Amino acid sequence: MAEILVLAAHPQMDHSRVTRTLMRAAAQAAPARTEVRDLYALYPDYFIDADAERTALAGAQLVVWLHPVQWYSMPPLMKLWLDEVFGFGWAYGPGGRALQGKDLWLVASTGGPSASYRPDGYNRYFLDAFLHPYEQTAALTRMRWLPPLALHGAHRASDEAVAAHARVFAERLAAWPDWPKLTAADDTPPCDVPADARPAAEDR
Amino acid sequence: MGEGSWLLQSLVFLGAAVLAVPIARLLGLGAVIGYLAAGLLIGPWGLQLVTDAGAILRFAEFGVVLMLFLVGLELDPKRLWQLRGPIFGWGSVQLAGSTALLAAIGVALGLDWRVALVAGLALAQSSTAIALATLAERNLMPTTGGRSILSVSLFQDIGGIAILTLLPLLAVQAAPGARPGWQTALIALGMVLAIVFGGRLLLRPALRWIARSETPEIFTAASLLLVVATAALMQAAGLSMALGAFLAGVLLAESEFRRQLETDLAPFKGLLLGLFFIAVGMSIDFAVVLAAPLAMAAAVLGFVAVKALLMVAMAWRMKIPLAERPVFVVMLAQGGEFGFVVLQAAGSSALLPAATGSFLLAVITISMLMTPLLMLVVDRLVAPRLARGAAPPMAEIDEAQDAPILILGFGRYGQIVARLINACGLAATVLDHDAEQVASVRRFGWPAFYGDATRLDLLRIAGAADARVIVVAIDDVAQSLAVVDLVKQHFPQATLVVRARNTTHWYGLHQRGVEHIERETLDAALMSGRSVLELMGWERHAARQQALRFRRHSIELMQAMAPHQGDEKRLISIARQGRQELEELWSREREERRRTRARRGEGFGAEAPAPPAPPDRAGG
Repeated sequence: MAEILVLAAHPQMDHSRVTRTLMRAAAQAAPARTEVRDLYALYPDYFIDADAERTALAGAQLVVWLHPVQWYSMPPLMKLWLDEVFGFGWAYGPGGRALQGKDLWLVASTGGPSASYRPDGYNRYFLDAFLHPYEQTAALTRMRWLPPLALHGAHRASDEAVAAHARVFAERLAAWPDWPKLTAADDTPPCDVPADARPAAEDR
Repeated sequence: MGEGSWLLQSLVFLGAAVLAVPIARLLGLGAVIGYLAAGLLIGPWGLQLVTDAGAILRFAEFGVVLMLFLVGLELDPKRLWQLRGPIFGWGSVQLAGSTALLAAIGVALGLDWRVALVAGLALAQSSTAIALATLAERNLMPTTGGRSILSVSLFQDIGGIAILTLLPLLAVQAAPGARPGWQTALIALGMVLAIVFGGRLLLRPALRWIARSETPEIFTAASLLLVVATAALMQAAGLSMALGAFLAGVLLAESEFRRQLETDLAPFKGLLLGLFFIAVGMSIDFAVVLAAPLAMAAAVLGFVAVKALLMVAMAWRMKIPLAERPVFVVMLAQGGEFGFVVLQAAGSSALLPAATGSFLLAVITISMLMTPLLMLVVDRLVAPRLARGAAPPMAEIDEAQDAPILILGFGRYGQIVARLINACGLAATVLDHDAEQVASVRRFGWPAFYGDATRLDLLRIAGAADARVIVVAIDDVAQSLAVVDLVKQHFPQATLVVRARNTTHWYGLHQRGVEHIERETLDAALMSGRSVLELMGWERHAARQQALRFRRHSIELMQAMAPHQGDEKRLISIARQGRQELEELWSREREERRRTRARRGEGFGAEAPAPPAPPDRAGG
């Protein structure tokens, strides 16, 4: 069971520069305690084995989501993964404690340069503004949301910049969980879904 | 025979063959029947141009010897070893079974048991010459049916030795000068060993030395000498010449001279074999036939029918593909030239009255004459697939290919694979053993090659040694497994992608460590299942999801069962348990959905369609 679980998602991995480089870096940074799952390679038919995914999650303490930002969100297979794996009664809701206390770290890349992710840029918002659903997903599942690592302007980044970015990524992975200025794991606000959030069978 | 008569005879034989064979082929009758008809025409009962059929027959028998040598060249020792089961197992079933049945009928008809036994032995043989010539003409040699025919024929040759050894023991008084059986057996063993070791140690260096002289006709002479010498050795020891030639061929199958020997000897074989068939046509004695035409007809039809029935049963037990069974049955139901030898030997040991001998001789000859006609009837009446075999022979792949992908078998399955990868801009070399199929896909612009994928040399030429991926999409299960074995052994760098015809085939492939196996019917059937679910009102995505889950379950079950092959009880219990688990799981899910729908006030129908997908989706 790997302590660090890296979930990589890129619909065209062979066109990827950043995600591919980082995926490789992840496998080498702390190989003994890291498992990298390339979702598009594992599930080319979009038929996710939820049991296998939950087993992999159960053994992990740090969950890394590694993907390019597409339409201000995650690639479709990653979203499907989320839908299928983070079930009611397993990841959240009554009895849903499977992910409690784990760390969730988003490592994303954007096509637009950092200047575009500003109120005066064509994306109009800082990247953080688009990440609220992620942060709340972590909160709902009682995971600790780590400060995301992002590379802007991935298309135009020089090879050196990508390599430098990969080094930072690998260093952080290797150093985890001893990162500076991290909040304590139990500082995350509680987001209990009340038991009656969903109509129970006895209702009728 | 004066010089003039030699010329005249050549003129007659060549003229008859050149006239009769093309006409026969034009009529769609095949070359063998053309030769036989030519023989009838020029023989003592026709135009009486040639009268000494027996002498011609003895001379032309060398064509059969050459043919077996060439058949041997196609079979390297390893492949022969793989055939040991069919040869000794099914071969003995055929020989002993036919003999016993026919002898029993003979005894029932009031014959002396010894006469009945000899007649049974003689009639149980079938014509290797006609069978192999027909197989070659129809390009059926690489098929399961073809190999089975070869196996049984080989055993007849091996069994023939025993028969000839034991015949004198049947005689009331042993023929003078006969060797005791054990001595013959020892000589036989010694000869076979001499050929095997001599072939190994001497033949190749000798051929290499001759080849270095770079005189083509000397190499041809050496090739002929090799076969003649082997045949002479075997005959001196009282063994089957054909069998010896076959062994010599097998020994040279892996040598670098295979091609050369083949090309050099093929014309001799063809001509002598033609002569052999002409001689058979000539040797039919119409006096005997006309003396008792009804008894003759009854005997021919009776013994062919009895043997055919046995062959039908064997074909069924041997699991020969349905389309190949008619050839198998017809080719082994006829009588054969070795029967002549048996009758001759029996006659000289005074086992058989002369009249009975010539009667049986005519019976065998007529059955051989009938065989091509019988084939014709079978072709017209039975599988249309057989008709395809009559396509003109096509040149085998002979130019080295270097595509990274090799597709073996270009039928319905292989074509889809090839079209996909080709449309994606990848190059693939395609090989198929069906000449008709190759010809038709070539018309559509596919550069397909003709060749038998179970042959190592052709695989090499097709580029197997450098291929990254080898797709095996062959129909025939036995051949598919044979190809997989070859690739695993000789081209381990290539990854195999294999089509499985059925579950047994799947397990065979799994056992051989093939990772990429697809059951050919699974996905298509699942798509049909999806259509049914959709037609019954299921949402399309729900139907897809369920089909994919079923697919995963089915594959997991196969894998769980794989280690227990052969343990039927265990297999049944695993299969049953697997199915039960799936049914329980899905019925639980249906129940859950029914309750959810009821809760939402969407009706109560338990049968109502509903998405089975994750019962617990995250929702805000």
